[in-house]
Amino acid sequence: MTPIPIQQDSRRRKALRAWFNPRGRGLGFIAFALHRITGIGLTLYLLLHMVVLSILLQGEDAWDRFVAVAKSPVMLLFDLILIAGILIHGLNGLRVSLVGLGFGVRQHKILFWIVMLLSALIFLYTGWLMMRA
Amino acid sequence: MMQDNGRPGPKTPVTFKILRYKPGAIDPPRYDTFQVEADPLMTVLDALEEIRAAHDSTLAYRHSCHHASCGTCAMKVNGREVLACVTKVLEQDSAEIVVEPLGTMPLVADLVVDMGDFARRYEPAGLSLLRPSEYLPQAQTPAGVAEYTRFESCIECGICLSACPVANTNANFIGPAGLAAWYRSWQKEDNPWAKVMAAVDSDCGVWGCHGAMECTAACPSQVAPGDLIMYLRREVVKSKLPWQRAM
Repeated sequence: MTPIPIQQDSRRRKALRAWFNPRGRGLGFIAFALHRITGIGLTLYLLLHMVVLSILLQGEDAWDRFVAVAKSPVMLLFDLILIAGILIHGLNGLRVSLVGLGFGVRQHKILFWIVMLLSALIFLYTGWLMMRA
Repeated sequence: MMQDNGRPGPKTPVTFKILRYKPGAIDPPRYDTFQVEADPLMTVLDALEEIRAAHDSTLAYRHSCHHASCGTCAMKVNGREVLACVTKVLEQDSAEIVVEPLGTMPLVADLVVDMGDFARRYEPAGLSLLRPSEYLPQAQTPAGVAEYTRFESCIECGICLSACPVANTNANFIGPAGLAAWYRSWQKEDNPWAKVMAAVDSDCGVWGCHGAMECTAACPSQVAPGDLIMYLRREVVKSKLPWQRAM
């Protein structure tokens, strides 16, 4: 018998584990966690977007310099991540709204796969358009 | 050296990693490991009984019926909430089995949690225990018996409350079992709709559920609490529509 000590959980750590630790959990939990993660990401992006838009106050030259940076491959990659987040959160949000009002409750897993498939297809098409441009 | 436990069938060595906690004695919590020779029929509860009998008599856990009808032995096995009495050790496909108490509810000792927290959330619905039986619809009842009845599906094991990511972080959330009980109590006319509305129409009621559906996935008794919460939500919304009849 070998005792293995455990670090005591703080309240924050307990919340993070309850919301994001997939151990022992199923597809519904994955959808729940994904919705939270994309929601937090989109909120942070919104704040960043406000900060970026404020560059306009510095004049046309400043904005043009920013746009040049925004068109770089690294920034386009971030844009793709953003698009993925918007698609997943938006389409899954429709699923959550539907199920949350008692429709398609038994089919919530199938609906999630449909959401992910649609997100993937739209994402690939959007990515192709961006890379082509 | 392992002793023969006298159980039939080929044996497979399995390591059990069990969370231990005793206020003032094993504090903070830690994991203790034990070796068990598991046969194909051995359940996690059987293994715990063997560990307690042969290795550590201080191991605390709850059990009663041993056939999944009382809910007493609910615990986490490899991160997933189960009834230990019907969970086969070798069906876990793992050489190491991690056994932990249910989440959400306060820990009393080892694998024992305070079910008072569950009762606090569940009992206000006042759900009556009996319901008409849906089995054997063509069966004739004996003389003097009007109809067959059965118990409500919920065995109050607390598994759904443990699996719920919202209940884990919000002590005021009624939780899956409680909300399912409110819905069933309305269906069975134990409670009038006005009383149900007052209890569930809040951020700690139906609107606290974020639809993870882990409760339905984990429930060992086909209650599908997550489904019932969504149906209850639909009724709450319907009752607020101006053209709906008074309920």
